[in-house]
Order: sequence, then structure tokens, then C-alpha cells
Amino acid sequence: MIHSLFLVNSSGDIFLEKHWKSVVSRSVCDYFFEAQERATEPENVPPVIPTPHHYLISVLRHRIYFVAVIQSEVPPLFVIEFLHRVVDTFQDYFGVCTEAAIKDNVVVVYELLEEMLDNGFPLATESNILKELIKPPTILRTMVNTITGSTNVGEQLPTGQLSVVPWRRTGVKYTNNEAYFDVVEEIDVIIDKSGSTITAEIQGVIDACVKLTGMPDLTLSFMNPRLLDDVSFHPCVRFKRWEAERILSFIPPDGNFRLLSYHVSSQNGYPVGYRSLVAIPVYVKHNITFREGSSQGRFDLTLGPKQTMGKGVEAVLVSSQLPRGVLNANLSASQGTYTFDPVTKMLTWDVGKINPQKLPSLKGSMSLQAGASKPDENPSINIQFKIQQMAISGLKVNRLDMYGEKYKPFKGIKYMTKAGKFQVRT
Amino acid sequence: MSASSAFSDEKGGSSSVGEPEYGHDPASGGIFSSDYKRHDDLKEMLDSNKDSLKLEAMKRIVAMIARGKNTSDLFPAVVKNVACKNIEVKKLVYVYLVRYAEEQQDLALLSISTFQRGLKDPNQLIRASALRVLSSIRVTIIVPIMMLAIKEAASDMSPYVRKTAAHAIPKLYSLDPEQKDQLIEVIEKLLADKTTLVAGSVVMAFEEVCPERIDLIHKNYRKLCNLLVDVEEWGQVVIINMLTRYARTQFLNPNLNECLLEEGGESTFYGSDADQDEDEDEDKKDEALSKRKPYVMDPDHRLLLRNTKPLLQSRNAAVVMAVAQLYFHLAPKAEVGVIAKALVRLLRSHSEVQYVVLQNVATMTIKRRGMFEPYLKSFYIRSTDPTQIKVLKLEVLTNLASETNISTILREFQTYIKSMDKDFVAATIQAIGRCATHIGEVRDTCLNGLVQLLSNRDELVVAESVVVIKKLLQMQPEKHSDIIKHMAKLTDNIQVPMARASILWLIGEYCEHVPKIAPDVLRKMAKTFTNEEDIVKLQIINLAAKLYLTNSKQTKLLTQYVLNLAKYDQNYDIRDRARFIRQLIVPTDKCGALSKYAKKLILALKPAPILESPFKDRDHFQLGSLSHLLNTKAGGYQELPDWPQDAPDPSVRNVEVPEWTKCSSREKRKEKKVEKPFYSDSEGESGPTESADSESDSASSSASGSEQSGSGSEESEESEERSDSDEEEEEEEEEAKKRKTQKKEPIEAVQQSESEQSSEEEVKKRKVSIPPPRNVSESESDDDDSPSDSSQDSESEDSESEAEVKKKKKITPPKAPTKPVKKEGKKEKKEMSLLDFDDFEPTPSPQVTPVGNFLSSSLVTDLEGLSLTDTVLSPATISPSGSLKSYELLHRITGEGLWVEYCFSRQPFLPDPHMVAVQIQFTNSAATEAKSLRLEEAKLQSGMRVKEFPEIEVLPAGESATVVMGVDFCDSTQAANLQLCTHSRKFFVSIQPPVGELMTPSFMTENEFKKEQGQLMGMNEITEKMQLPERCQNEHAIVQRVIAAANLSRVPCGSDKECSSPAPPPPGPPVHRFAGRTVTSGSLVLVTVATKESGPSQLTINCEKMVIGTMLVKDILLALTQ
Repeated sequence: MIHSLFLVNSSGDIFLEKHWKSVVSRSVCDYFFEAQERATEPENVPPVIPTPHHYLISVLRHRIYFVAVIQSEVPPLFVIEFLHRVVDTFQDYFGVCTEAAIKDNVVVVYELLEEMLDNGFPLATESNILKELIKPPTILRTMVNTITGSTNVGEQLPTGQLSVVPWRRTGVKYTNNEAYFDVVEEIDVIIDKSGSTITAEIQGVIDACVKLTGMPDLTLSFMNPRLLDDVSFHPCVRFKRWEAERILSFIPPDGNFRLLSYHVSSQNGYPVGYRSLVAIPVYVKHNITFREGSSQGRFDLTLGPKQTMGKGVEAVLVSSQLPRGVLNANLSASQGTYTFDPVTKMLTWDVGKINPQKLPSLKGSMSLQAGASKPDENPSINIQFKIQQMAISGLKVNRLDMYGEKYKPFKGIKYMTKAGKFQVRT
Repeated sequence: MSASSAFSDEKGGSSSVGEPEYGHDPASGGIFSSDYKRHDDLKEMLDSNKDSLKLEAMKRIVAMIARGKNTSDLFPAVVKNVACKNIEVKKLVYVYLVRYAEEQQDLALLSISTFQRGLKDPNQLIRASALRVLSSIRVTIIVPIMMLAIKEAASDMSPYVRKTAAHAIPKLYSLDPEQKDQLIEVIEKLLADKTTLVAGSVVMAFEEVCPERIDLIHKNYRKLCNLLVDVEEWGQVVIINMLTRYARTQFLNPNLNECLLEEGGESTFYGSDADQDEDEDEDKKDEALSKRKPYVMDPDHRLLLRNTKPLLQSRNAAVVMAVAQLYFHLAPKAEVGVIAKALVRLLRSHSEVQYVVLQNVATMTIKRRGMFEPYLKSFYIRSTDPTQIKVLKLEVLTNLASETNISTILREFQTYIKSMDKDFVAATIQAIGRCATHIGEVRDTCLNGLVQLLSNRDELVVAESVVVIKKLLQMQPEKHSDIIKHMAKLTDNIQVPMARASILWLIGEYCEHVPKIAPDVLRKMAKTFTNEEDIVKLQIINLAAKLYLTNSKQTKLLTQYVLNLAKYDQNYDIRDRARFIRQLIVPTDKCGALSKYAKKLILALKPAPILESPFKDRDHFQLGSLSHLLNTKAGGYQELPDWPQDAPDPSVRNVEVPEWTKCSSREKRKEKKVEKPFYSDSEGESGPTESADSESDSASSSASGSEQSGSGSEESEESEERSDSDEEEEEEEEEAKKRKTQKKEPIEAVQQSESEQSSEEEVKKRKVSIPPPRNVSESESDDDDSPSDSSQDSESEDSESEAEVKKKKKITPPKAPTKPVKKEGKKEKKEMSLLDFDDFEPTPSPQVTPVGNFLSSSLVTDLEGLSLTDTVLSPATISPSGSLKSYELLHRITGEGLWVEYCFSRQPFLPDPHMVAVQIQFTNSAATEAKSLRLEEAKLQSGMRVKEFPEIEVLPAGESATVVMGVDFCDSTQAANLQLCTHSRKFFVSIQPPVGELMTPSFMTENEFKKEQGQLMGMNEITEKMQLPERCQNEHAIVQRVIAAANLSRVPCGSDKECSSPAPPPPGPPVHRFAGRTVTSGSLVLVTVATKESGPSQLTINCEKMVIGTMLVKDILLALTQ
């Protein structure tokens, strides 16, 4: 399984290494650096690199490469999934997963890695268990530790691993018992030049923040569970109950976790003529042209809301990678601000909130390299936005019940729609 | 002491965790001296009495280890603290010890006694951690101690310690492979462990130490399958991968029959088949074909498939992938499709996950294109994808291209060509080329598109197009001499060597098509010869040689010139080639025999290249493995074995159960089957396992002989009920197994409430009267006053009993008439009870069990028992797969937030048996509540009647409600036009029934069917020939599709023959029969699907109502051939 782990920063320095079996020389990473040089973009480094004696499997998160060294056959996804879990854990512990944060907490990192893998095989990856073993550093605790000399390592040995619900730590106590659920949906859309939708899908997740005393057993039911086309669960969810009744029944982990991710699709798997489930909440009118022979191009973009069921579209951000030939853009925005980076040719326009009465637009001209021929390609436009208090698929939670504990918890559910990979081809 | 306090003054204040050296460059020389000094500090700190100082020192040491610095000289100082009381110091010392023990073996021994003490600690967690560290110290001398510790821990009371022991096994093995035999003993012991905690770890140890000892798995196979869902994620991956290999050695290929059928008479057809798995000796197969009984899936094989399926919904991509590969390698073709959705879901994950998944999808699409075709659009490419993902998606899109979707794909490719990412554009052009070679119809379109690209401004694009065009032109050069001419002109501009070489080759190869241009091109090339790249030079020589042979008058001198230039080239390849060509083509006095054949040699017809996917044939590696990804065998890769010819003895997996008498051979079981009366009562109760054979696989959920009463039968009753509501039969089978605590909700409370009371009594009675089976049937039919075995119901006056009978039919689960499984089911159940560990079951939630469930489920079984009682030929039906198709009545937008859907529930409509039940679902997504929802008749066709549902008074915002109404469509497919009223508005809506919903199933035996069919000949018979697509050739698919298209029931076939004579009937072309009656007039509808091994299949419909017949033919035809 996993032999060693190297953390490599964006400038190509190894700033942390950890070995679970005998030590593998860090020179093995030279193969990785070679591949890194060959790749034009950071994300184009192949995740799996064979070397004469080892295989390197890497993931890139937060501009850090996590390079695992493997010696023999193992499912690559096994390693990749584990590495992502490591990153998630770091993020959970330190708030951010940056080189500085890892260096500042190097001992905690080392302790975590030691617990997560044994002889290269995953041992404890549930954050609830880990937090019992090693307490996350907080400012208060750091101060207390420096004064009293106490430690981050849990005094009690963890019992979570031994219980029937290994994802939940034992002996949880809160004075305010609360359970919050966020239904967040992202729409992935490709819209073609003429404005027609090529593909549209909704990806949703339900993230939960549960702070309940004891061992609560929750059930969550939906008004219209048939909308959920394909789901994947946190291990705490009882599969069979869902299969039979379409009800989510689970003993939650303590704290934040992702309960469910699901998928609602417009085209896939449905017969032709079935109602399209994806209502696209914004539209874009665009006119981006380059004329042959002239060193000017026109840029004209207007956004507008549609099918938002009365909810406002907020935090709109438009970005577009303009062709290499564009030297500068001289535009004026009816609202918000725009920036153009002449080096990366990235145009971003921070629109803010769309006012249906006065549609935001961005107009102006682009100057091209003199003498260069007109670019063949038109840029595609990526849009981000948020719509509060609405799940675009129409999914609604029916009710949340708690069993197994006496007290009455405070329950909250929030809906939100976001743009996922929302792309308009021009 | 003073020094250390000085240190803490100096450092402790400023930085908490010891990383004072971060600013320094570790490579710079100056640091070393100070390092040594620091190490002295550290030593002193470690020697001090204060825990805080020790901790500080250890933290700094660990930070140094993390950065890869050598701190081995501190070993003696650190190892002394191994017994330190402070838990964090202790942990950090462990970290240090594990890192350096290998280098300082002698000193490391000092710590051993501490761990040995730890191993005896009363706290299980301390025992475990001691074992963990002890086994991680790679010191050969302590191998015996480790061995002893592992053995002891393997029989520890605590499962956690046993898990640690399992983890320690591979560690010891890698340290000293000599210990293998002893370790295998420990593994064998731990494999028998019944806790989920241990399972994953011990299988991992098994895979590392002795993957070849597949025999160790036999006894634990079923247990592993059953525990799988509750094992932690990482263990699941390992277990699933191991079980895939195991299944390949133990079970028969479930697709074998299919390909035998496909093969039919013509063996040539098979030869071209892409299926590699079955690439065996054909003679053997023919033999096998005649000999082999219909394929019967081993119940254990089914168990594995069923228990892994829910894991497709895991959040862990590795688990999903593991299940996907298991299904791909093990499942019958018809069932593999379920993995597509889950894999497509993974495409939303991190790009590394996408990368691996797409690689595997690419391999799968080559074999099973149909599986991913519905998800085509999920593979569309976004400009923000990384290039490596783009290229893989392109690969998948290309593999998915077929005649039907090629136009959409090409349109999509068109936009990709304009991308800024030039590598991606080049890949797109190649993809277009591949589409063009595979799909003849679009070849010209593609070629034209590519030719247009030749005038592109980007040189790379042009070059790539040239290369692809060259390959395409080779397929039909005579048609495209103008394209060749066009390309000849390009030689002036294109600089990319590969493209130039391609053009030259093309001109040389087809010089007779462009006789005027070719010599001119050679002339130009001769001029620039010295400045060309090697690859171009070689092609110039080729061109010269070819022209010399065809047109020597014009080109003799040019050729000489080129050859002379080449003779003095720096590259020896070119010199060699020139020398060789000269000898071959220029006649000299002592020319060899070869030059006579020069023309034949050089101008031989070259076969067109086959543009193949790089993922072809990758599937001989286990999917999802590292080897598959790299397409080379990685170290330690276990080959996926081929299916065995004959199944090894399945009884090896049996776990000893005293009372149970074994019956291992199939023949024996078959004999049992003859004694039908004995089992007939339990026919309806599905046991946890069933054998499903490929033909009745689907049709069978089963019949297992569960003569056990009490909880056992309850369990199976539940499973019966499930079969109805579950969307797919597979799921139902799956679920049936592992239900421990769950209960289900009643399916249709409306109907069941009526007979609930009586059913309760029935249940009791039934349980009591089970032992003498024959009596049961009688007593039951008495109880119920309904015609016991007759399936004709239309004449029945009593509407209630009629409804019940109908329901029986409805609820009757998929069933095969004869089942060779009885014993297995029983055995299975026994084992289940063995496996009930209360400590690892999810705690049952007390509120989950409504009492009604129990009643209704038992009612269902009761009714089933009824319909089956006397007749041996239990009617085989299949519940329509997939959920009921729903149609929209009112759109959310038009309905101003009110959204109405309707579907045909296929339940009998109780108030009036001549009406079709239509289930209507209202969802109020508006912000305000909707009031007084009701339906009003608007313009009904003459004769049509509607029974409205009771008015819904209030539907609060966000709620939804379901009602059932009845419509008498008068056996016509005219739409019922209605008015949907709310308190504020009226909407005109219409309900249009598909013809298949206008009938109810009717049960009859094969003989009855044939008799009825005989009376409905001539005008009443409609026959249609059709070509079944490959994926619906098997019985499962046919039955499923027909039943989905029309509300009919299956007529059991062939079983009466088997009854009379024990010898199996001669295998003929399978015929599937279905029967039903129209709802209003009760006219018979008989459907026959006759499949043939070769040639078109035939669909026959006999029906009094010719209109219904013709419409039904169309619908079924569509359903079958789609």
C-alpha cells in the first residue's frame, strides 16, 4: 500500500515527508518533477507516474502536491481518495490547508498521519475518531498548552473505533442542541452560441452541522424524493431504509459532515419529452467579434435573470479567458467592476446582484496586437452566481425527526442554488 | 539544566512548536555545525526530568524528521523516554523509534521490553498500540517475539486488538518471508473472525501474504459477502477486489450461454465477436452447447452481486470503482448497466478521480457501448477541464459514437476544434478521423471538414489534419485525387516534419492519380533535400523510388540526384535506405533476383490503417487496478483468472451446520424438484437465496424451500412484498438477504386495509397449518371463498373478492415455475442466524416499525399462496422493471407552482373493475397553498366514464399529495379530457393511456394459452418480424420489456412437459407468452414472442379487438427493438 508521502509546494520543494514502511529516498520525487516540468499547467501533471521501482500517485489541492509512493499493485483510486481525505482532515483541523499552516502544525500533522495509516493501510480516517485522538489546535488551547505544558493528544484513549457507530464520538454534550442542514445545489450547464442548452445537470449536496447531545437517531424525509436520480451517502445513512422508503435514517457524526450528495439530470436516462427538470436561472446575451484587418474587437455582454421563482440572483461573477491576441480591453460596466489581466488574458467582471429592472451589461472594445490576424476562437464565458432560499430542482425537505434522546433540538434547513460549471460558448 | 532553561528563554517564548530552523536553507553548510550543537541541547532536554522540556525536544525532533533531516545520533537519548508517562511524549518517541529502529537495531532492542509489558495491559487500546509499534520496528532479531505477539493478539478478546494483529501480519511478512506458513495459520484463524472491524484488515493481510491460497476463502465467503456493507470503506475496497478474483475461479461465466446462443449455427459470426473472455476452443463449445443444461447461476455468485450493489452509492470513489469492476467482470451482461450511473457521478469529483474513472470508462465503452450511451452528454468537454481530462473524455465520446449519435458528436467536435488548447485540438482531429473510419456514412463529411482545416492558420492543426487525412484517404484513394492535389500544394507551407512526410508518402503512393503533380513535387523536394528532417528525407527517397518505377522517363535523373544526396547524408538510416533502394530499382549488370520484383515490392497495395482506441484490449487487466491504468503489469498484480470450464464443487463454501443434510450435486436437487407438492406451499415465499438461471434469472426471485416457520417465514414474506414496490428485481433480491431490523411500509394501504382483518387470521392459520402442505392449499382456498387456482376472474360477481384475486396477480412476485434451490435457501438461512452479531449491527431505531407492515406483508404472502395453491405451474410474472412511468398533467410553470403528474399504477381500481386506475400526484411548489383541488369532466368521448377522486381541500405550500382515480377508456387510446380545478383557476388537462395500460394480466397455463390462441386466428392475429438488438436477446430483457410496455402476465412455458417426464425438453428456440384481458370488455390479449437463434424474431398478437392488437404490436415492437 502507501509507502511514503511527500508534500511538494508550487515552487517544487519537498517540505514534508512521512514514511510508513522503510524509508524511501526523496530522490524518487525527481520523476515527479520531470513530469511537472513537462506539463504546461499545474493540473496537467498525470496523477499516476511510473518510475523504475515505485509508482507515484499524486493529487493537487491548494497548490500543494501530495505525492504518495507506492511499490506494488493497488487500486489508484484507493490512494487518490485517501490523499483527498488527508487534505480534508488538514483543512478540518487547521481551517486552511496551506504550506504555512502545515509547517506551523508539523507535529500535529505528523501525529495525524501516523494515526491515519498503519503500515500503509488506512486505519482511522473518520474525523470524529481523529479528533478524539488528537485535539485540533485552537488559539486558546495553544496558549493553555504553552503555559501549562499540557498536550494536544487526547488524555483518554478513543473508544469511537470500538463502537457500533465508528463515525460518532462518544459522550457528546451540548447545552444548545442544534441540527442544521444546508441543501446546496449546483447547476452545471453548457449553453451553445445560439443560446440553447447543450447539457444541464443539477448536482446537489446536503451538508449538515449537527450538534446534538448523546446518541440521537435522526430521520429526514423529502417532499419529493423521486427527484433524486443518483445518490451517495455518508456511511452513517442506512441504505436499506432509503431503498425501501426513501427516507434518510442515520445516527449523525458530531459536527460538520456531508450527509448526501445527489444528482438530478435533465436529459440522461429520461425519455424524450420528459419535462426538463433544470430551469436555467440566468441568461446571457453576448456579442464578441473580431474584425479581420482591424486591431479592434467588440465586446458586449448582458446578463438577465430567468426562471428564478422570484428569488434574487446574487454574487454574480463573470469570467472569460480572452484569446491570446488581445492586448487590452477597454470596457465599461453598467454595474460592478471588471478587471483584465493582460498577462493571463483573464477578464473577470464582478457583477454583484442582478436587478431585473436594469440589466447589468459590460460593453466596449478590445485592442488586438497590431498586424496579427484575428483570433479563430471566441472565448467561452464562465458564470458564477448564488440564489438564496431556493433549490433549483424543487427538492424540499419534508420533516426531520429525532429519536433516541429526550430533549427537543433546534432544527434548521437552508436552501441555496449556485452555479457549478456554468459555461456559455460564444 | 542551565543551558536548557536558557534555551527555553530564548526559543520557547517566540515560537511554540519547535521549528526555529524554518528560515534556514537546510543545504547550506553553516547549518551543520549549529545542528550538532542543537542536538546537544536536545539531548539535555531529553535527559531532564520535566515532561514539558522533553515534549519540546521531541516536537523539534519530529519537525526535523518531517523535513527529512537526519537525527539518528539522538537515538540513545530518545529511546530512554519510551516508558515516559506523558502520553504525547510517548507517542512522539514511537514515531521516532519506528523511523530509526532499522538503522540502530541494537539500541532499539532496549525498548522492546516496554512493549512486551504493554501487550499484557488490561486496556485493549494499550495492548493494540503496543503491538502496533512493536510490529512496526523493522529489526530482524525480534521476529520470534513479534510472531508470538501476533499469535496471542489474534485470539485476543477485543476485536480491536485482533484488527491490529491483522495489520501486523504483512509487516512481519515483509521483514521475514520465512514466517509465511505460520502467518497463514494466523490469517486462517482471523478470516474466521466474525466482526466487521477485523474483516477488512485480515483480507488485506491475506492479499499481501498469500493471495494464491484461495482455498482459505471458501468457508468465509458467505460471511464476507454478508458483512461487506458494514465494513469500513477501505476494507470494502480490498475485500471486493479479492472476491472478484475468487468468483472468477469458482463460478461459471454468466454470459456463456448468451454467447453460445449468439453463436448459433454459424461459427464465423463468433469469430468476429469482440468478446475475448469467451475466446475458447470452439469445438468444445459446440459440444458444450449440446451438453450443457441451461446456465444456472450459483446462488453464491448471486449473493455477491446482490450484496455489493448498494455500495455503488458509497461516498468513497474507490469503493464505487471496486463495485463497478466487480460487476463488469462478474455480472451477466444484462445487469452490468447499473454501474454506469454511479461512474458518471464520480466525474463530478476531483480531477484525479475523474482521470482514473475516465480511463476505466474508456475501456468499458469499447466492450459495452450501450451502457454509457444514455450518458453521452456527461462526457461533453468544458473549456475549464485540464487537458488530460479533455483528451480522455474525447476518447470516451469517440468510443460512444455510433450511426445514431454521430451527428451530435461531430457538432460537438466542431466547437472543440476552435479551442485555444492546441494539444486538445490535435486530439480532436484524431478523434474525428477515428469516427470517420468506424462509421462509413460520415466519412465524406469528416474528410471535407478536415480538408477545410487545412487552411487553418495554426500549423499544428494543419499538420494533424494532414496526418489524419492521409489515413482516411488510404481507404478510398481513387475518389479523392483532388484532395491529394490540394495537399501537394501545401508542401510549400507546412513545416511540421510529420505532416510533410505524410503528404510525400501520399503522393508517392497514389502517384498514378496525380501523374502531373508528383514529379514536380519531387523536383521541389530534391532542391530542399539537405535541409529536411530525417523522417522527411526518408519519404523523399520513397517518393523518388516510386516515381522511378512508374514514370522513369521524367524522373530518372531526379531520382539519381536524390539518391546521391542521400548517399552522403549524416544519418546512417538514410544512407542505408538510399543504398538499398538503388540496388533494388536501378537495373545493373549484376542485379539480383529481387530487382525484378521491385515494382511489386514497393508499389504493393497497402492495407488501410485501422485507427484503434488505445484502450482496446486493456480489459484483460482487472479494471480499476494500477496495472490497467498504466497498461503494464505492476509489481504484485494478481491476474484475473479466466472462468473455469466447469464449476468447482460449490459445497466447499458450506459452513457446517449439524441438522442440515447436504445435497451438493445439481442432479440431486433436480430430483427433489419433482416432488413438487412438498414445496408447493412455500413456493411463494422467497428465501434469502435463490438460484437464478440466466433464462429465468429475472423471472425468478425465487422459490426457496423455507419450511421453517416463525421468524424465517416472516422474513421471506417481507421480501415478497418488497418485490412489488422495489424498482428492480435485483434490488429486491439483494434486500431480501440482509434485512435484519427493517420493516417496510405497506405498498398500497388503500387496498390492503380492506382485508386486513381477515388476513391477520389467515396468517395465524397458515403458520399452524404449514407442515402438511397439501392441506394448506385447500384450507386456504376455503378461507377465502375465492376460486382457488383459477386465474380467470372476470366473471366473478363479488367485486371485493375479484379485487383480491387481481391483487394476487399483481403482487405475485417474479417466480420461476421450477427451482432447483430449495436446500440452498435453507442452508443460507441457517448461516444468517450464525452471523447475527448484535454488537455490530446498526442499532435498530425503535420507531421505524409500524405495526401495519407486518400485517400487510403477511397478507400478501397469503394471497400469493392462494393463487399458487393447486397449480404446480406457478404463473411466472415479472413485475415491470423500473418505476412506473409518469406523465405530466400540468407543468409547474403553467400551473403557477402547482405541478401534477399521473401514472398508471396497474393496480385494480376497486370501485369499478372496468376502470383503469390512474394515480395522480399533486405537488404544490408555489408559495401559497392551493385549495379545493378537484377534477371535472370536460369533453369525454362517448362511452368513457370517469370516477373522480375526492376533492383535496387544501394542499399547503411545499406539500404533495397522491390520489387515485378511475377512468374507463372503453378500450380505446383516446385521451380523457378533463378539467382540473383549483379554488382560483381551471386548467384543461388530458390523460392519454398507452395501449398497454388498457389491459389487466390474466393467468393461464401454456395449454390454455394455446387453445385460446387457436380460436383467435386469421383476422385476429397480427404477426410482425423484428430484429432484436443484442442487449435484449436474453429472456430477462424480453420479459421485462414486454411487461413494461403492456400490463400482461407471463405464461409459464415448457414446465408441463418437464412435469410429465423427468428428462429435460429438447432445447428449442425459446418462446415467451404473455396473456391479459382488456379492462372494459374483457377480451383476451395474447402475445407471443418467439426468438430464434439466427434470423429475425417473431412477435404475434392475438386479440379480438384488432385496433388494440395493431397498436399493441407497435408498442411492444418499439419496446423490444429500442
